Amino acid sequence: MIANLFRKVFLVDLFQGLWVTFRNQDPKRIYTEQYPAERPKVGERYRGAPRLNINPDNGETLCISCNLCALACPENLIVVTSQRNEQTKRKDLTTFTYDTSRCMFCGLCEDACPVDALELTQDFELASYTREGAIWDRQMLEEGPKPTQYKC
Amino acid sequence: MPEATFLDATELVINMGPQHPSTHGVLRVILKLDGEKVNGTECVIGYLHRGVEKIGENRTYQQFAPYVDRMDYVAAVSNGLGYCLAVEKLLNVEAPPRAQAVRVILTELNRIASHLLWLGTHALDIGAITPVFYCLREREEVLKIFENYCGARLTTHAFRIGGLLYETYDGFEEEVRKFCDWFIPKVDEYEELLTNNRIWVGRLKGVGILSADECKEYGVTGPVLRAAGVQWDLRKAQPYSGYEQYEFDIPTGENGDTYDRYTVRMEEMRQSTRIVRQAVERIPTGPIMGKVPKVVKPPVGEAYVSIEAPKGELGYFIVSDNSTQPYRLRVRPPSFVNLQALDCMVRGGLVADVVAIIGTLDIVLGEVDR
Repeated sequence: MIANLFRKVFLVDLFQGLWVTFRNQDPKRIYTEQYPAERPKVGERYRGAPRLNINPDNGETLCISCNLCALACPENLIVVTSQRNEQTKRKDLTTFTYDTSRCMFCGLCEDACPVDALELTQDFELASYTREGAIWDRQMLEEGPKPTQYKC
Repeated sequence: MPEATFLDATELVINMGPQHPSTHGVLRVILKLDGEKVNGTECVIGYLHRGVEKIGENRTYQQFAPYVDRMDYVAAVSNGLGYCLAVEKLLNVEAPPRAQAVRVILTELNRIASHLLWLGTHALDIGAITPVFYCLREREEVLKIFENYCGARLTTHAFRIGGLLYETYDGFEEEVRKFCDWFIPKVDEYEELLTNNRIWVGRLKGVGILSADECKEYGVTGPVLRAAGVQWDLRKAQPYSGYEQYEFDIPTGENGDTYDRYTVRMEEMRQSTRIVRQAVERIPTGPIMGKVPKVVKPPVGEAYVSIEAPKGELGYFIVSDNSTQPYRLRVRPPSFVNLQALDCMVRGGLVADVVAIIGTLDIVLGEVDR
């Protein structure tokens, strides 16, 4: 009873809460990232911008135009076209378009790829000034996005 | 739409939402007011309707898995677990023990993340602005674990039908253990800020009372039901994914008011940490993927699986006609059912308490509208 009155008069619970806020003032506890200047390090498995890998030895694409990624995609946003090469009896990739504006980065296409040609990378800055800019062609997929780097 | 009625001279109709920040999305509540007193409410939903159930009928079983993350986007992992369990029941396969343990860890971490977001926004609605910063800070650590595990923070697509796709990364156990040790003092910190705070208690005690009988009538589940004193938790009542191996308590309240729902959720966060601690100590070795064919074609039949999502009972009902796509897919979202009780809780109260009651129901409009 008296203890309760004491708490009421001297606002003990209020100061208890304020003490928590005060403890968190410690500069060691800053969590905010200064984004454009300080770039976050995303996880190794991060599912970001798609990339079409090329063979580093000869610069040729790894894609075998099997169309499995296009079939796996829930949004049907991958279009693969190919041409049959009469000499090697294989399909050569002609175009590969990937509509990032409809992509939900579920990773089903990279799971489906049998040769690890299509991959979702750690790049996460995919903004574009136009809607057409969000539809990536083969060249864009191979080079990857080039976001502006800011320094302070 | 509500039918046009002749109002008393004293009655006033106000639209709360769909842009009101405290409706947690795009909920529109039509309030009939007599001064400060609420005489009746009507919810208008559907602003976020995307037809997820219909999309499900036009996607293969694997292709639909990312869409379920987008219903309750605050607890995407739980949604994924419910869907995967339903398809596994249709296929009559079970995830291997290792996959089950990892699933339990991730869903419980997701429960913590969901409750943290609830606590932050609920306190923000009522006027305590500090907890939201601390809650989001702690939630960030959970999201980092998700990001490192499956590559996405919010719409995770963490589980696959039959088990897991991703093996745990190096240092996963270490990180989860570190989080558990670090997290419990943080919950105490929130309690220090709120539990005895005079304003907090004054705003919550005796507000939005929903008795156990009313809860059962409306089909309300989750922390709202438990706060009314009913010990009902699907993890105990019909264990799935190996929950029977873990020791935990079901926290319950007494009065079924907003304050009890707050204490129940706070205790649930502690219990979730307890489950995570136990699960991470005994992750069995072995395969992570069950025997599931590449093309999922369940036999003709139907299956209903419900799990205890952070917000209540989340059920998936799937009818299969032996094709690669579900014949019919129905979701029983907890938020949608819990929202029905809003009128019962608000009626006769004050207009300022409507915000507190919507907050305490912990609805996610992505799940209400689907």
